[in-house]
Amino acid sequence: MSEMSKIVRTITSIAFPFAMIYGLYVIAHGHLTPGGGFQGGAIVASACVMILVAFGSKWTLDKIKEKRLSVFESIGAVAFIGLAFLGLIFGTVFFNNFLVGNEYLFGVIPTTGVANINTAGILPLMNFAVGLKVIAGLFAIVLVMAYATTNYKEGKK
Amino acid sequence: MIYNIPYIAVVCLILIGLYALVYKRNLIKMIIGITLIQSGVNLFLITLGYRKGSIAPIYTSSPGGIMALPIPQALTLTSIVIGVAVLALMLSLVIHIYRHYGTLDVRKIGRLNK
Amino acid sequence: MSIPLPEYTPALIIAIPLLGAFLTPLISRINDKLRNIFVILVLGLNLFFVSILAYNIFTKSAQEPYIMKYVFGGSQNIDLTLPIVRILFEVDAMSIFMAIIASTLMFVAVIYSWAFMKENTGLDKYYTLMLLLTAGMLGMMLTGDLFNFFVFLEITSISSAALVAFWTHKGESVEAGFKYILISTIGALFVLFAIAILYGQYDALNIAVLANAIQYTFLDKIALVLLIVALAMKAGIVPMHMWLPDSYSRAPATVTVALVGATLASLYGVLRVIFTLYGNILLDPAKFDIPVNIFIGWLIIPLAVISIIVGVMMALRQTDFKRLIAFAAVAEIGYIFLAIGTGLAAMGTEYGRTALEGGIFHIINDALDVGLLFLVAGAIYYATKEWSLNEMGGLARNMKYTTIFFIIGLFAVAGMPPFNGFASKLLIYESTFQLNPILAIVAILCSILLLAAFVKVFHSAFMGPKLPKFKDVKEVPKSMLFAMGILACIIIFFGLFPGLVLENIVRPAVDALLSNAQYLSMVLGGA
Repeated sequence: MSEMSKIVRTITSIAFPFAMIYGLYVIAHGHLTPGGGFQGGAIVASACVMILVAFGSKWTLDKIKEKRLSVFESIGAVAFIGLAFLGLIFGTVFFNNFLVGNEYLFGVIPTTGVANINTAGILPLMNFAVGLKVIAGLFAIVLVMAYATTNYKEGKK
Repeated sequence: MIYNIPYIAVVCLILIGLYALVYKRNLIKMIIGITLIQSGVNLFLITLGYRKGSIAPIYTSSPGGIMALPIPQALTLTSIVIGVAVLALMLSLVIHIYRHYGTLDVRKIGRLNK
Repeated sequence: MSIPLPEYTPALIIAIPLLGAFLTPLISRINDKLRNIFVILVLGLNLFFVSILAYNIFTKSAQEPYIMKYVFGGSQNIDLTLPIVRILFEVDAMSIFMAIIASTLMFVAVIYSWAFMKENTGLDKYYTLMLLLTAGMLGMMLTGDLFNFFVFLEITSISSAALVAFWTHKGESVEAGFKYILISTIGALFVLFAIAILYGQYDALNIAVLANAIQYTFLDKIALVLLIVALAMKAGIVPMHMWLPDSYSRAPATVTVALVGATLASLYGVLRVIFTLYGNILLDPAKFDIPVNIFIGWLIIPLAVISIIVGVMMALRQTDFKRLIAFAAVAEIGYIFLAIGTGLAAMGTEYGRTALEGGIFHIINDALDVGLLFLVAGAIYYATKEWSLNEMGGLARNMKYTTIFFIIGLFAVAGMPPFNGFASKLLIYESTFQLNPILAIVAILCSILLLAAFVKVFHSAFMGPKLPKFKDVKEVPKSMLFAMGILACIIIFFGLFPGLVLENIVRPAVDALLSNAQYLSMVLGGA
């Protein structure tokens, strides 16, 4: 698909960091407010797809190949399963929350109705892993669809 | 009577989705029918968790009172994620079908002669 | 006399294929042969764990039914004062029986695909999807929670639909994959609708807690019908079998073997819903005006008989090799459902129990026979690039071992002694004759017609004069012969010693299915 006009490209460049920061906020505070891995990951992926639509598929495909995105996806998935296995090694069962109760990393147990980000054990780490996987996965889907329809319109098979 | 309106909406959504799936010939319209059925079932799951006079189940600085059930909301979230994955797979297959057959009419694809 | 296993073994059976599936794209950037060996090692390790767990459960089940339970994320003691029970895996003899079948089929399929898929590109996605399909199938069979069953059902259908459409340069494969994912999604959405109805009434998602609390209200009847019809649609019963011939015949041969496993996993879902979830109502039918088990049994039996007749009749007039075997697979699923229906309609009598034993024995026989036949069809496609029976002929001179494997598969699927199809089909004939003689007559006639269809295939593909275009067709590579040999050895062993299999493997599974008191006491009664 071809790129859009100069006004659209300029406004997209301005709006893109705001959308990314909002999406990363939704991922990181998943254990306190509504949100979490999939929801924040979908917001960041929407921001990346906005770049793809505004700047055209040829420019975006020059910057990012699909094979690099698949490495990010695998890292996110292996981190999720690795945290489950670590719950088995350091704790007692699979998916055990072994970080609750220690002092230095995500271990504080809140007492009143308002809590800060440093709580809830391994849940923020799992949110990060799932968020990374969702960003890479959804962006790769739309990138490959853009690549497939571009080649078809130019007459190649 | 007013508490029954979401259930009536669920039945209407599922029936419209089934109508689109059975009577329409274009492949994209059949995919839209499946999306309507998914929306209907998700609405049904969320409506089951409502208690009379309850507020949203968020723990951070909540004003007190009865909260709605949070478990159907987790089930609905899982169902929405599965729906996104199935939709992505079906649309990719439609791109391949269009490249081979040149048409999206379901009566012209799938005869055993090419 | 049992081997000590760590208590987290049920979770390890799911976690090892998942970890392997996520590591495969990273490993395949290094080397291709390393990735093939890694996938075979992961599935071999999985088969090792499943067989040791099966040995433990089957030997301990001789005295009383033995069930292994694993609770995720918390302590192993279940606290019933909390409003909901955590996700748990509950492995009894029926679950581990189906898990052995699935693990063996996937292991054989991956060994076979070393040489069969070698010229294709995009193989790292293929192996990732096969490992995800393994994790999904095993998760469906081992879980004790209804919503967890739905999630694994969707994982299985998405992975297998992507694998059916693997040869994207042919238009027919992609269209078969689209038809499969469309029908699978509708079935899964109706399963979710039924789970939502049951949750809204009883506020529980665990199978044991629901089975204890269920009364047979009008909404429960709706949920039962939705669950049985949607899961039977994924298992391939007429009149909902439209996706099965297309998907089985246009996919690569290894993917078809994996699809047989997925079909049997949905069949396990039907059994679990009827016998465990609604088990208290089946075993105490005096409370209702129509006895429930006779009603459900006589609802399943006509569908099963129509499946057998349609499967065999359509198989007689096909000219495509794999499509013929796919219709034979529909007929075999019809036999299994006929046995289950007879067992339900005659529950409590001697021949009802024999019918259930014959049906459960026929599940493992059907998986092995149809798997071997599809691998032979794949070998012929690999050697000659032909799929139509009108073009083949005289291949027995060039491919000797493949001919022997096809003869073994032919006799096994038609129910001839001394192969394993005979033992299970004899049990089905005996028990259905005592319920109603017409059913047994139809079953025996269709079995003979199935033999006729396969003799036609044997004659036109392997016998006959040597064709000049097949002059330099060689035998298939050794890895494919090894994979077919594993299945053939198991078929011959089951055929020569059926009593051994019936005593040690099938009888504990039927015991675990018929009495759900032990299943409920693992969650509700403590310890």
